[in-house]
Amino acid sequence: MAKLTEIRWHGRGGQGAKTASLLLADAAFNTGLYVQGFPEYGPERMGAPITAYNRICDERITVHSNIYEPDYVVVVDDSLIKSVPVTAGLKESGAIIVNTTKTPDEIRESLNGYKGKVCTIDARAISIDCLGAYFPNTPMLAAVIKVSGIMDENAFLADMEGSFKHKFAKKPEVIEGNMNALRRSMQEVKGL
Amino acid sequence: MSIRERLSGNEAVATAMKQINPDVVAAFPITPSTEIPQYFSSFVANGQVDTEFVAVESEHSAMSACIGASAAGARAMTATSSNGMSLMWEMLYIAASSRLPIVMNLVNRTVSGPLNIHNDHSDSMGARDSGWIQIYSETNQEAYDNFLMANRIAEHKDVRLPVMICQDGFITSHAIENIELVEDDKVKAFVGEYKAPWALLDANHPVSVGPLDLQAHHYEHKRQQAEAMKNAKKVIQEVAAEFEKMTGRKYDLIEKYMMDDAEIAIVVLNSTAGTAKYVVNQLREKGIKAGLVKPRVFRPFPVDEIADALKNCKAVAVMDKADSLNAASGPLFAEVTSAMFVKGVTSPKVINYIYGLGGRDVKADDIETVYNRLSDIVKTGNVGEVYNYLSVRE
Repeated sequence: MAKLTEIRWHGRGGQGAKTASLLLADAAFNTGLYVQGFPEYGPERMGAPITAYNRICDERITVHSNIYEPDYVVVVDDSLIKSVPVTAGLKESGAIIVNTTKTPDEIRESLNGYKGKVCTIDARAISIDCLGAYFPNTPMLAAVIKVSGIMDENAFLADMEGSFKHKFAKKPEVIEGNMNALRRSMQEVKGL
Repeated sequence: MSIRERLSGNEAVATAMKQINPDVVAAFPITPSTEIPQYFSSFVANGQVDTEFVAVESEHSAMSACIGASAAGARAMTATSSNGMSLMWEMLYIAASSRLPIVMNLVNRTVSGPLNIHNDHSDSMGARDSGWIQIYSETNQEAYDNFLMANRIAEHKDVRLPVMICQDGFITSHAIENIELVEDDKVKAFVGEYKAPWALLDANHPVSVGPLDLQAHHYEHKRQQAEAMKNAKKVIQEVAAEFEKMTGRKYDLIEKYMMDDAEIAIVVLNSTAGTAKYVVNQLREKGIKAGLVKPRVFRPFPVDEIADALKNCKAVAVMDKADSLNAASGPLFAEVTSAMFVKGVTSPKVINYIYGLGGRDVKADDIETVYNRLSDIVKTGNVGEVYNYLSVRE
Protein backbone atom coordinates (compact mmCIF):
# COMPACT_ATOMS: atom_id res chain seq x y z
CA MET A 1 0.00 0.00 0.00
CA ALA A 2 1.39 3.37 -1.05
CA LYS A 3 2.17 5.87 1.69
CA LEU A 4 0.58 9.09 0.43
CA THR A 5 0.69 12.44 2.26
CA GLU A 6 -1.53 15.27 1.03
CA ILE A 7 -0.94 18.87 2.09
CA ARG A 8 -2.96 22.02 1.43
CA TRP A 9 -1.44 25.48 1.78
CA HIS A 10 -3.44 28.64 2.48
CA GLY A 11 -1.70 31.97 2.07
CA ARG A 12 -2.04 35.41 0.63
CA GLY A 13 -0.67 36.44 -2.76
CA GLY A 14 2.95 37.57 -2.30
CA GLN A 15 3.68 35.59 0.89
CA GLY A 16 5.30 32.72 -0.93
CA ALA A 17 2.84 29.87 -0.20
CA LYS A 18 3.12 28.67 -3.81
CA THR A 19 6.92 28.86 -3.61
CA ALA A 20 6.84 26.97 -0.30
CA SER A 21 4.78 24.18 -1.89
CA LEU A 22 7.29 23.94 -4.73
CA LEU A 23 10.22 23.95 -2.25
CA LEU A 24 8.57 21.15 -0.29
CA ALA A 25 8.12 19.17 -3.52
CA ASP A 26 11.81 19.76 -4.30
CA ALA A 27 12.97 18.63 -0.87
CA ALA A 28 10.82 15.48 -0.97
CA PHE A 29 11.94 14.76 -4.54
CA ASN A 30 15.56 15.00 -3.42
CA THR A 31 14.98 12.29 -0.80
CA GLY A 32 13.77 9.95 -3.57
CA LEU A 33 10.01 10.35 -3.26
CA TYR A 34 7.34 10.98 -5.91
CA VAL A 35 5.91 14.47 -5.66
CA GLN A 36 3.30 16.84 -6.95
CA GLY A 37 3.40 20.57 -6.21
CA PHE A 38 0.78 22.83 -7.76
CA PRO A 39 -1.02 26.06 -6.98
CA GLU A 40 -4.68 26.77 -7.66
CA TYR A 41 -4.50 29.73 -10.00
CA GLY A 42 -7.04 32.49 -9.72
CA PRO A 43 -6.90 36.23 -10.15
CA GLU A 44 -3.34 36.92 -9.01
CA ARG A 45 -3.36 39.90 -6.68
CA MET A 46 -1.12 40.76 -3.77
CA GLY A 47 -2.92 39.89 -0.56
CA ALA A 48 -5.72 37.78 -2.10
CA PRO A 49 -6.23 34.31 -0.58
CA ILE A 50 -4.42 31.62 -2.56
CA THR A 51 -4.27 27.84 -2.25
CA ALA A 52 -1.45 25.47 -3.16
CA TYR A 53 -1.11 21.71 -2.86
CA ASN A 54 1.40 18.91 -2.37
CA ARG A 55 1.10 15.18 -2.83
CA ILE A 56 4.09 13.19 -1.62
CA CYS A 57 4.21 9.43 -2.06
CA ASP A 58 6.57 6.48 -2.27
CA GLU A 59 4.87 5.42 -5.53
CA ARG A 60 3.99 7.30 -8.72
CA ILE A 61 0.91 9.51 -8.22
CA THR A 62 -1.69 9.40 -11.01
CA VAL A 63 -4.48 11.53 -9.50
CA HIS A 64 -4.69 15.00 -11.05
CA SER A 65 -7.24 16.90 -8.99
CA ASN A 66 -7.12 19.36 -6.14
CA ILE A 67 -6.91 17.98 -2.59
CA TYR A 68 -10.14 17.82 -0.60
CA GLU A 69 -9.16 15.61 2.37
CA PRO A 70 -5.64 16.72 3.25
CA ASP A 71 -3.48 15.12 5.94
CA TYR A 72 -2.02 18.53 6.77
CA VAL A 73 -3.10 22.12 6.28
CA VAL A 74 -0.61 24.98 6.42
CA VAL A 75 -1.91 28.49 7.08
CA VAL A 76 0.72 31.08 6.21
CA ASP A 77 -1.41 34.02 7.43
CA ASP A 78 -3.66 33.58 10.49
CA SER A 79 -6.03 36.34 9.32
CA LEU A 80 -7.27 33.83 6.69
CA ILE A 81 -8.88 31.67 9.37
CA LYS A 82 -11.80 34.10 9.56
CA SER A 83 -12.51 34.15 5.82
CA VAL A 84 -11.39 30.77 4.45
CA PRO A 85 -12.65 27.34 5.70
CA VAL A 86 -9.10 26.18 6.35
CA THR A 87 -10.03 22.94 8.14
CA ALA A 88 -12.46 21.77 5.41
CA GLY A 89 -11.89 18.04 4.89
CA LEU A 90 -8.76 18.05 7.08
CA LYS A 91 -8.20 14.59 8.55
CA GLU A 92 -8.34 14.43 12.34
CA SER A 93 -5.35 12.08 12.24
CA GLY A 94 -3.42 14.97 10.70
CA ALA A 95 -2.68 18.50 11.81
CA ILE A 96 -3.10 22.16 10.99
CA ILE A 97 0.00 24.36 11.19
CA VAL A 98 -0.63 28.09 11.60
CA ASN A 99 1.75 31.03 11.39
CA THR A 100 0.67 33.10 14.40
CA THR A 101 1.76 34.64 17.68
CA LYS A 102 -1.15 32.86 19.38
CA THR A 103 -0.97 29.52 21.20
CA PRO A 104 -2.42 26.30 19.78
CA ASP A 105 -5.33 26.47 22.28
CA GLU A 106 -6.18 30.03 21.24
CA ILE A 107 -6.15 29.07 17.54
CA ARG A 108 -8.24 25.95 18.15
CA GLU A 109 -11.11 28.14 19.39
CA SER A 110 -11.54 29.56 15.89
CA LEU A 111 -11.30 26.22 14.04
CA ASN A 112 -14.96 25.14 14.15
CA GLY A 113 -14.37 22.20 16.46
CA TYR A 114 -11.45 20.63 14.59
CA LYS A 115 -10.30 17.77 16.84
CA GLY A 116 -6.90 16.96 15.28
CA LYS A 117 -3.55 18.39 16.20
CA VAL A 118 -3.19 22.20 16.12
CA CYS A 119 0.38 23.48 15.77
CA THR A 120 1.56 27.07 15.78
CA ILE A 121 4.75 28.79 14.78
CA ASP A 122 5.65 32.47 14.95
CA ALA A 123 7.20 32.56 11.48
CA ARG A 124 7.18 36.35 11.47
CA ALA A 125 9.43 36.63 14.52
CA ILE A 126 11.79 33.93 13.27
CA SER A 127 11.97 35.49 9.82
CA ILE A 128 12.62 39.00 11.15
CA ASP A 129 15.26 37.72 13.60
CA CYS A 130 17.09 35.47 11.17
CA LEU A 131 16.57 37.19 7.82
CA GLY A 132 15.85 40.77 8.80
CA ALA A 133 12.66 40.77 6.74
CA TYR A 134 9.30 38.96 6.59
CA PHE A 135 9.62 35.81 4.43
CA PRO A 136 7.32 33.34 6.22
CA ASN A 137 7.68 30.45 3.76
CA THR A 138 11.13 29.31 4.95
CA PRO A 139 10.14 28.78 8.61
CA MET A 140 6.71 27.39 7.57
CA LEU A 141 8.39 24.80 5.37
CA ALA A 142 10.53 23.61 8.28
CA ALA A 143 7.48 23.46 10.56
CA VAL A 144 5.69 21.22 8.03
CA ILE A 145 8.65 18.83 7.92
CA LYS A 146 8.76 18.73 11.74
CA VAL A 147 5.03 18.16 12.22
CA SER A 148 4.42 15.74 9.34
CA GLY A 149 7.60 13.67 9.57
CA ILE A 150 7.44 13.06 5.82
CA MET A 151 11.20 13.05 5.62
CA ASP A 152 14.24 12.82 7.83
CA GLU A 153 14.93 16.23 9.42
CA ASN A 154 18.69 16.12 8.90
CA ALA A 155 18.30 15.02 5.28
CA PHE A 156 15.90 17.93 4.80
CA LEU A 157 18.32 20.45 6.34
CA ALA A 158 21.21 19.14 4.26
CA ASP A 159 19.12 19.35 1.11
CA MET A 160 17.95 22.89 1.89
CA GLU A 161 21.51 24.00 2.52
CA GLY A 162 22.43 22.73 -0.94
CA SER A 163 19.45 24.56 -2.48
CA PHE A 164 20.29 27.83 -0.70
CA LYS A 165 23.93 27.59 -1.81
CA HIS A 166 22.71 27.26 -5.38
CA LYS A 167 19.93 29.86 -5.12
CA PHE A 168 22.01 32.45 -3.25
CA ALA A 169 25.32 31.85 -5.03
CA LYS A 170 25.69 35.61 -5.45
CA LYS A 171 24.48 36.44 -1.90
CA PRO A 172 26.20 33.79 0.29
CA GLU A 173 25.72 35.97 3.38
CA VAL A 174 21.99 35.11 3.52
CA ILE A 175 22.51 31.32 3.57
CA GLU A 176 23.25 31.08 7.29
CA GLY A 177 20.20 33.20 8.15
CA ASN A 178 17.94 30.94 6.12
CA MET A 179 19.42 27.83 7.72
CA ASN A 180 18.94 29.35 11.19
CA ALA A 181 15.32 30.13 10.31
CA LEU A 182 14.73 26.47 9.41
CA ARG A 183 16.41 25.15 12.58
CA ARG A 184 14.66 27.59 14.88
CA SER A 185 11.30 26.81 13.34
CA MET A 186 11.80 23.08 13.96
CA GLN A 187 12.61 23.81 17.61
CA GLU A 188 9.88 26.39 18.25
CA VAL A 189 6.83 24.84 16.59
CA LYS A 190 4.19 24.36 19.34
CA GLY A 191 1.45 21.76 19.80
CA LEU A 192 3.39 18.67 18.66
CA MET B 1 21.16 6.49 -17.62
CA SER B 2 18.14 8.75 -17.91
CA ILE B 3 18.05 11.90 -15.80
CA ARG B 4 15.70 11.92 -12.80
CA GLU B 5 14.14 15.37 -12.49
CA ARG B 6 11.06 17.19 -11.26
CA LEU B 7 9.55 19.63 -13.72
CA SER B 8 6.25 21.20 -14.62
CA GLY B 9 4.72 20.31 -17.99
CA ASN B 10 5.81 23.66 -19.41
CA GLU B 11 9.36 23.19 -18.13
CA ALA B 12 9.39 19.68 -19.60
CA VAL B 13 8.34 20.87 -23.06
CA ALA B 14 10.78 23.81 -22.98
CA THR B 15 13.50 21.30 -22.07
CA ALA B 16 12.52 19.07 -25.00
CA MET B 17 12.67 22.12 -27.31
CA LYS B 18 16.13 22.97 -25.97
CA GLN B 19 17.36 19.42 -26.57
CA ILE B 20 15.93 19.41 -30.12
CA ASN B 21 17.47 22.86 -30.81
CA PRO B 22 15.17 23.72 -33.76
CA ASP B 23 16.11 26.28 -36.42
CA VAL B 24 13.23 28.64 -35.63
CA VAL B 25 10.83 29.20 -32.72
CA ALA B 26 8.19 31.90 -33.26
CA ALA B 27 5.74 32.52 -30.43
CA PHE B 28 3.48 35.01 -28.73
CA PRO B 29 2.69 34.64 -25.01
CA ILE B 30 -0.69 33.43 -23.77
CA THR B 31 -1.61 31.80 -20.45
CA PRO B 32 -1.00 28.95 -19.62
CA SER B 33 1.58 28.28 -22.37
CA THR B 34 3.57 31.52 -21.84
CA GLU B 35 6.35 29.85 -19.85
CA ILE B 36 7.40 27.69 -22.82
CA PRO B 37 8.61 30.56 -25.06
CA GLN B 38 9.70 32.41 -21.89
CA TYR B 39 12.05 29.60 -20.80
CA PHE B 40 13.08 28.97 -24.38
CA SER B 41 14.01 32.62 -24.99
CA SER B 42 16.37 32.40 -22.00
CA PHE B 43 18.01 29.30 -23.56
CA VAL B 44 18.50 31.40 -26.70
CA ALA B 45 19.87 34.37 -24.71
CA ASN B 46 22.26 32.09 -22.80
CA GLY B 47 23.57 30.51 -25.98
CA GLN B 48 22.31 27.03 -25.00
CA VAL B 49 20.62 26.73 -28.41
CA ASP B 50 21.33 28.43 -31.71
CA THR B 51 17.66 28.79 -32.65
CA GLU B 52 16.37 31.92 -34.34
CA PHE B 53 13.74 33.08 -31.82
CA VAL B 54 11.11 35.33 -33.38
CA ALA B 55 9.14 37.36 -30.83
CA VAL B 56 6.13 38.10 -33.03
CA GLU B 57 3.27 40.53 -32.43
CA SER B 58 0.42 37.98 -32.51
CA GLU B 59 -0.31 34.26 -32.77
CA HIS B 60 -1.38 34.72 -36.39
CA SER B 61 2.14 35.98 -37.00
CA ALA B 62 3.64 33.17 -34.90
CA MET B 63 2.10 30.52 -37.12
CA SER B 64 2.85 32.58 -40.25
CA ALA B 65 6.52 32.83 -39.23
CA CYS B 66 6.61 29.05 -38.62
CA ILE B 67 5.07 28.51 -42.06
CA GLY B 68 7.61 30.80 -43.72
CA ALA B 69 10.51 29.18 -41.87
CA SER B 70 9.30 25.65 -42.56
CA ALA B 71 8.72 26.41 -46.26
CA ALA B 72 12.23 27.83 -46.39
CA GLY B 73 13.51 24.44 -45.22
CA ALA B 74 13.90 25.06 -41.48
CA ARG B 75 12.68 23.05 -38.51
CA ALA B 76 10.09 25.35 -36.87
CA MET B 77 8.19 25.18 -33.58
CA THR B 78 5.76 27.15 -31.45
CA ALA B 79 3.52 26.90 -28.39
CA THR B 80 0.15 28.44 -27.64
CA SER B 81 -3.21 28.03 -25.92
CA SER B 82 -6.89 28.75 -26.40
CA ASN B 83 -7.61 32.07 -28.12
CA GLY B 84 -3.99 32.20 -29.20
CA MET B 85 -4.64 29.21 -31.42
CA SER B 86 -7.97 30.76 -32.45
CA LEU B 87 -5.99 33.67 -33.86
CA MET B 88 -3.80 31.18 -35.78
CA TRP B 89 -6.87 29.63 -37.30
CA GLU B 90 -6.47 30.34 -41.02
CA MET B 91 -2.75 29.60 -40.82
CA LEU B 92 -3.34 26.18 -39.19
CA TYR B 93 -5.05 25.01 -42.37
CA ILE B 94 -2.35 26.57 -44.56
CA ALA B 95 0.43 24.87 -42.57
CA ALA B 96 -1.27 21.49 -42.97
CA SER B 97 -2.24 21.85 -46.65
CA SER B 98 1.26 23.12 -47.49
CA ARG B 99 2.52 19.88 -45.88
CA LEU B 100 4.84 21.72 -43.49
CA PRO B 101 6.09 19.63 -40.54
CA ILE B 102 5.69 22.33 -37.89
CA VAL B 103 5.51 21.17 -34.26
CA MET B 104 3.34 22.98 -31.74
CA ASN B 105 2.70 22.44 -28.05
CA LEU B 106 -0.91 23.31 -27.37
CA VAL B 107 -1.39 23.86 -23.64
CA ASN B 108 -5.12 23.21 -23.59
CA ARG B 109 -7.24 26.06 -22.28
CA THR B 110 -10.90 26.79 -22.85
CA VAL B 111 -11.70 29.12 -25.72
CA SER B 112 -13.41 32.26 -24.46
CA GLY B 113 -16.10 33.00 -23.68
CA PRO B 114 -17.05 33.36 -21.01
CA LEU B 115 -13.51 34.61 -20.36
CA ASN B 116 -11.53 31.97 -18.50
CA ILE B 117 -7.86 30.95 -18.40
CA HIS B 118 -8.34 27.36 -17.24
CA ASN B 119 -8.31 23.97 -18.88
CA ASP B 120 -10.67 22.19 -21.19
CA HIS B 121 -10.25 20.86 -24.72
CA SER B 122 -12.36 23.32 -26.69
CA ASP B 123 -9.23 24.74 -28.35
CA SER B 124 -7.82 21.49 -29.76
CA MET B 125 -11.25 19.97 -30.46
CA GLY B 126 -12.16 23.05 -32.47
CA ALA B 127 -9.08 22.46 -34.63
CA ARG B 128 -9.69 18.75 -35.09
CA ASP B 129 -10.41 19.04 -38.83
CA SER B 130 -7.57 21.48 -39.61
CA GLY B 131 -5.31 18.70 -40.86
CA TRP B 132 -2.93 18.66 -37.89
CA ILE B 133 -1.90 15.44 -36.18
CA GLN B 134 -3.06 15.63 -32.54
CA ILE B 135 -1.34 13.74 -29.73
CA TYR B 136 -2.56 14.05 -26.11
CA SER B 137 -0.50 13.80 -22.90
CA GLU B 138 -1.65 12.57 -19.49
CA THR B 139 1.41 13.82 -17.59
CA ASN B 140 4.47 16.07 -17.84
CA GLN B 141 6.40 12.92 -18.80
CA GLU B 142 4.06 12.21 -21.69
CA ALA B 143 4.12 15.86 -22.84
CA TYR B 144 7.93 15.62 -22.93
CA ASP B 145 8.05 12.21 -24.60
CA ASN B 146 5.39 13.12 -27.17
CA PHE B 147 7.26 16.30 -27.99
CA LEU B 148 10.49 14.34 -28.56
CA MET B 149 8.65 12.05 -30.99
CA ALA B 150 6.78 14.84 -32.82
CA ASN B 151 9.45 15.85 -35.37
CA ARG B 152 10.06 12.28 -36.44
CA ILE B 153 6.38 11.88 -37.22
CA ALA B 154 5.85 15.30 -38.82
CA GLU B 155 8.94 15.11 -41.04
CA HIS B 156 8.49 11.49 -42.19
CA LYS B 157 8.30 11.35 -46.00
CA ASP B 158 4.98 9.47 -45.91
CA VAL B 159 3.44 12.05 -43.57
CA ARG B 160 4.74 15.64 -43.93
CA LEU B 161 2.06 17.11 -41.70
CA PRO B 162 2.19 19.49 -38.72
CA VAL B 163 1.87 17.95 -35.25
CA MET B 164 0.09 19.39 -32.23
CA ILE B 165 1.14 17.95 -28.84
CA CYS B 166 -1.59 18.69 -26.29
CA GLN B 167 -1.25 18.89 -22.49
CA ASP B 168 -3.75 20.15 -19.90
CA GLY B 169 -3.31 23.81 -18.97
CA PHE B 170 -2.34 24.35 -15.31
CA ILE B 171 -3.18 20.75 -14.31
CA THR B 172 -0.14 19.48 -16.23
CA SER B 173 1.55 22.66 -17.43
CA HIS B 174 1.99 24.23 -13.98
CA ALA B 175 2.28 21.19 -11.68
CA ILE B 176 5.71 19.99 -10.62
CA GLU B 177 6.02 16.21 -10.88
CA ASN B 178 8.75 13.61 -11.23
CA ILE B 179 10.03 13.06 -14.75
CA GLU B 180 12.74 11.03 -16.48
CA LEU B 181 14.64 13.07 -19.05
CA VAL B 182 16.61 11.60 -21.94
CA GLU B 183 20.27 12.68 -22.26
CA ASP B 184 20.95 15.47 -24.78
CA ASP B 185 23.09 13.34 -27.10
CA LYS B 186 20.47 10.59 -27.24
CA VAL B 187 17.73 13.13 -28.05
CA LYS B 188 19.90 14.57 -30.79
CA ALA B 189 20.52 11.14 -32.30
CA PHE B 190 16.85 10.16 -32.00
CA VAL B 191 15.37 13.33 -33.50
CA GLY B 192 18.11 13.63 -36.13
CA GLU B 193 18.98 16.39 -38.58
CA TYR B 194 16.17 17.81 -40.67
CA LYS B 195 16.70 17.84 -44.42
CA ALA B 196 13.65 19.34 -46.13
CA PRO B 197 12.80 17.46 -49.34
CA TRP B 198 12.10 20.84 -50.94
CA ALA B 199 12.87 24.31 -49.68
CA LEU B 200 12.29 27.86 -50.83
CA LEU B 201 15.92 28.64 -50.03
CA ASP B 202 17.16 25.84 -52.30
CA ALA B 203 17.74 28.05 -55.37
CA ASN B 204 18.83 25.11 -57.52
CA HIS B 205 15.44 23.41 -57.11
CA PRO B 206 12.87 26.19 -57.27
CA VAL B 207 9.39 25.45 -55.87
CA SER B 208 6.22 27.38 -55.13
CA VAL B 209 4.50 27.06 -51.75
CA GLY B 210 0.90 28.10 -51.26
CA PRO B 211 -0.08 29.13 -54.81
CA LEU B 212 -3.68 29.42 -56.05
CA ASP B 213 -5.08 25.90 -56.44
CA LEU B 214 -8.52 25.85 -58.08
CA GLN B 215 -10.85 23.16 -59.41
CA ALA B 216 -8.20 21.41 -61.46
CA HIS B 217 -6.04 20.19 -58.54
CA HIS B 218 -7.32 21.42 -55.16
CA TYR B 219 -9.34 18.24 -54.60
CA GLU B 220 -6.39 15.98 -55.44
CA HIS B 221 -4.20 17.90 -53.01
CA LYS B 222 -6.77 17.48 -50.23
CA ARG B 223 -6.92 13.78 -51.10
CA GLN B 224 -3.14 13.56 -50.70
CA GLN B 225 -3.40 15.30 -47.35
CA ALA B 226 -5.98 12.72 -46.27
CA GLU B 227 -3.66 9.92 -47.39
CA ALA B 228 -0.80 11.43 -45.38
CA MET B 229 -3.03 11.40 -42.29
CA LYS B 230 -3.80 7.72 -42.90
CA ASN B 231 -0.07 7.00 -43.26
CA ALA B 232 0.60 8.80 -39.97
CA LYS B 233 -0.90 5.92 -37.95
CA LYS B 234 1.85 3.50 -38.91
CA VAL B 235 4.59 6.12 -38.59
CA ILE B 236 3.41 7.14 -35.09
CA GLN B 237 3.63 3.47 -34.04
CA GLU B 238 7.07 2.98 -35.62
CA VAL B 239 8.48 6.08 -33.93
CA ALA B 240 6.96 4.95 -30.61
CA ALA B 241 8.62 1.54 -30.98
CA GLU B 242 11.99 3.18 -31.53
CA PHE B 243 11.37 5.52 -28.57
CA GLU B 244 10.60 2.52 -26.39
CA LYS B 245 13.95 0.95 -27.33
CA MET B 246 15.69 4.12 -26.17
CA THR B 247 13.71 4.82 -22.97
CA GLY B 248 11.73 1.70 -22.05
CA ARG B 249 8.56 3.81 -22.11
CA LYS B 250 5.88 2.26 -24.31
CA TYR B 251 3.41 4.35 -26.31
CA ASP B 252 0.73 3.42 -28.83
CA LEU B 253 -2.26 5.05 -30.55
CA ILE B 254 -4.38 4.32 -27.49
CA GLU B 255 -3.58 3.20 -23.95
CA LYS B 256 -5.67 0.41 -22.48
CA TYR B 257 -5.78 0.20 -18.68
CA MET B 258 -7.31 -2.93 -17.10
CA MET B 259 -9.24 -3.60 -20.30
CA ASP B 260 -8.59 -7.35 -20.72
CA ASP B 261 -11.72 -8.37 -18.82
CA ALA B 262 -13.40 -4.96 -18.35
CA GLU B 263 -17.19 -4.92 -18.35
CA ILE B 264 -17.47 -1.17 -17.86
CA ALA B 265 -15.06 1.40 -19.28
CA ILE B 266 -14.43 5.11 -19.55
CA VAL B 267 -12.83 6.72 -22.61
CA VAL B 268 -11.05 9.95 -21.66
CA LEU B 269 -8.14 12.15 -22.83
CA ASN B 270 -5.18 13.78 -21.05
CA SER B 271 -4.75 14.30 -17.28
CA THR B 272 -8.18 13.02 -16.22
CA ALA B 273 -7.08 9.57 -17.41
CA GLY B 274 -4.67 9.50 -14.46
CA THR B 275 -7.43 10.25 -11.97
CA ALA B 276 -9.58 7.59 -13.66
CA LYS B 277 -6.78 5.00 -13.29
CA TYR B 278 -6.81 5.64 -9.53
CA VAL B 279 -10.58 5.04 -9.49
CA VAL B 280 -10.23 1.88 -11.61
CA ASN B 281 -7.73 0.52 -9.05
CA GLN B 282 -10.18 1.18 -6.21
CA LEU B 283 -13.09 -0.42 -8.08
CA ARG B 284 -10.96 -3.45 -8.95
CA GLU B 285 -10.26 -3.95 -5.24
CA LYS B 286 -14.03 -4.22 -4.78
CA GLY B 287 -14.20 -6.79 -7.58
CA ILE B 288 -15.77 -4.44 -10.12
CA LYS B 289 -14.44 -5.07 -13.62
CA ALA B 290 -13.71 -1.48 -14.58
CA GLY B 291 -11.29 -0.33 -17.27
CA LEU B 292 -10.05 2.73 -19.09
CA VAL B 293 -9.25 3.60 -22.69
CA LYS B 294 -7.10 6.69 -23.21
CA PRO B 295 -6.75 7.78 -26.82
CA ARG B 296 -3.21 9.14 -27.08
CA VAL B 297 -3.65 9.96 -30.72
CA PHE B 298 -6.86 11.75 -31.73
CA ARG B 299 -5.74 12.71 -35.26
CA PRO B 300 -5.45 10.34 -37.07
CA PHE B 301 -8.39 8.77 -35.24
CA PRO B 302 -7.63 5.19 -34.14
CA VAL B 303 -10.91 3.67 -35.37
CA ASP B 304 -9.89 -0.01 -35.34
CA GLU B 305 -8.02 0.16 -32.04
CA ILE B 306 -10.82 1.91 -30.14
CA ALA B 307 -13.55 -0.34 -31.52
CA ASP B 308 -11.48 -3.41 -30.69
CA ALA B 309 -10.69 -2.20 -27.15
CA LEU B 310 -14.37 -1.63 -26.32
CA LYS B 311 -15.94 -4.60 -28.10
CA ASN B 312 -16.35 -6.84 -25.05
CA CYS B 313 -17.61 -4.13 -22.70
CA LYS B 314 -21.20 -4.05 -21.48
CA ALA B 315 -21.33 -0.30 -20.90
CA VAL B 316 -19.01 2.55 -21.89
CA ALA B 317 -18.89 6.25 -20.97
CA VAL B 318 -17.08 8.58 -23.35
CA MET B 319 -15.97 11.74 -21.54
CA ASP B 320 -15.62 15.03 -23.39
CA LYS B 321 -13.81 18.07 -21.95
CA ALA B 322 -15.40 20.12 -24.73
CA ASP B 323 -19.02 20.44 -25.76
CA SER B 324 -20.07 20.50 -29.40
CA LEU B 325 -23.16 22.52 -28.38
CA ASN B 326 -25.05 20.50 -30.99
CA ALA B 327 -27.85 19.17 -28.75
CA ALA B 328 -26.40 15.68 -29.30
CA SER B 329 -22.93 14.96 -27.82
CA GLY B 330 -19.33 16.04 -27.41
CA PRO B 331 -16.82 15.44 -30.21
CA LEU B 332 -14.99 12.43 -28.73
CA PHE B 333 -18.30 10.62 -28.17
CA ALA B 334 -19.35 11.21 -31.78
CA GLU B 335 -16.08 9.76 -33.09
CA VAL B 336 -15.87 6.82 -30.66
CA THR B 337 -19.46 5.71 -31.36
CA SER B 338 -18.91 6.15 -35.09
CA ALA B 339 -15.81 3.94 -34.87
CA MET B 340 -17.73 1.28 -32.92
CA PHE B 341 -20.66 1.34 -35.37
CA VAL B 342 -18.60 1.01 -38.54
CA LYS B 343 -16.61 -1.84 -37.00
CA GLY B 344 -19.79 -3.66 -36.01
CA VAL B 345 -19.29 -3.15 -32.26
CA THR B 346 -22.90 -2.53 -31.31
CA SER B 347 -23.47 -4.51 -28.12
CA PRO B 348 -21.99 -2.08 -25.52
CA LYS B 349 -24.37 0.58 -24.22
CA VAL B 350 -22.65 3.94 -24.67
CA ILE B 351 -23.22 7.23 -22.86
CA ASN B 352 -21.52 10.60 -23.01
CA TYR B 353 -20.42 12.91 -20.20
CA ILE B 354 -19.31 16.47 -20.74
CA TYR B 355 -17.01 17.35 -17.84
CA GLY B 356 -14.54 19.87 -16.42
CA LEU B 357 -15.33 22.83 -18.68
CA GLY B 358 -13.39 26.00 -17.90
CA GLY B 359 -11.18 24.18 -15.40
CA ARG B 360 -13.92 22.79 -13.10
CA ASP B 361 -11.89 20.39 -10.98
CA VAL B 362 -12.45 16.70 -11.74
CA LYS B 363 -12.29 14.67 -8.53
CA ALA B 364 -11.90 10.93 -8.16
CA ASP B 365 -15.45 10.95 -6.70
CA ASP B 366 -16.78 12.49 -9.92
CA ILE B 367 -15.21 9.71 -11.98
CA GLU B 368 -16.60 7.14 -9.58
CA THR B 369 -20.16 8.40 -10.16
CA VAL B 370 -19.66 7.72 -13.88
CA TYR B 371 -18.52 4.13 -13.23
CA ASN B 372 -21.45 3.68 -10.82
CA ARG B 373 -23.83 4.84 -13.53
CA LEU B 374 -22.27 2.30 -15.92
CA SER B 375 -22.73 -0.47 -13.33
CA ASP B 376 -26.41 0.52 -13.03
CA ILE B 377 -26.83 0.40 -16.81
CA VAL B 378 -25.35 -3.11 -16.84
CA LYS B 379 -27.65 -4.20 -14.00
CA THR B 380 -30.89 -2.70 -15.29
CA GLY B 381 -30.30 -2.60 -19.05
CA ASN B 382 -31.73 0.90 -18.92
CA VAL B 383 -29.43 3.42 -20.61
CA GLY B 384 -31.40 6.58 -19.77
CA GLU B 385 -30.02 9.93 -20.91
CA VAL B 386 -27.11 9.56 -23.35
CA TYR B 387 -25.87 13.19 -23.30
CA ASN B 388 -24.93 14.12 -19.71
CA TYR B 389 -23.05 16.79 -17.77
CA LEU B 390 -20.81 15.71 -14.89
CA SER B 391 -20.76 17.76 -11.67
CA VAL B 392 -22.53 20.83 -13.00
CA ARG B 393 -25.02 22.91 -10.98
CA GLU B 394 -28.38 22.70 -12.78
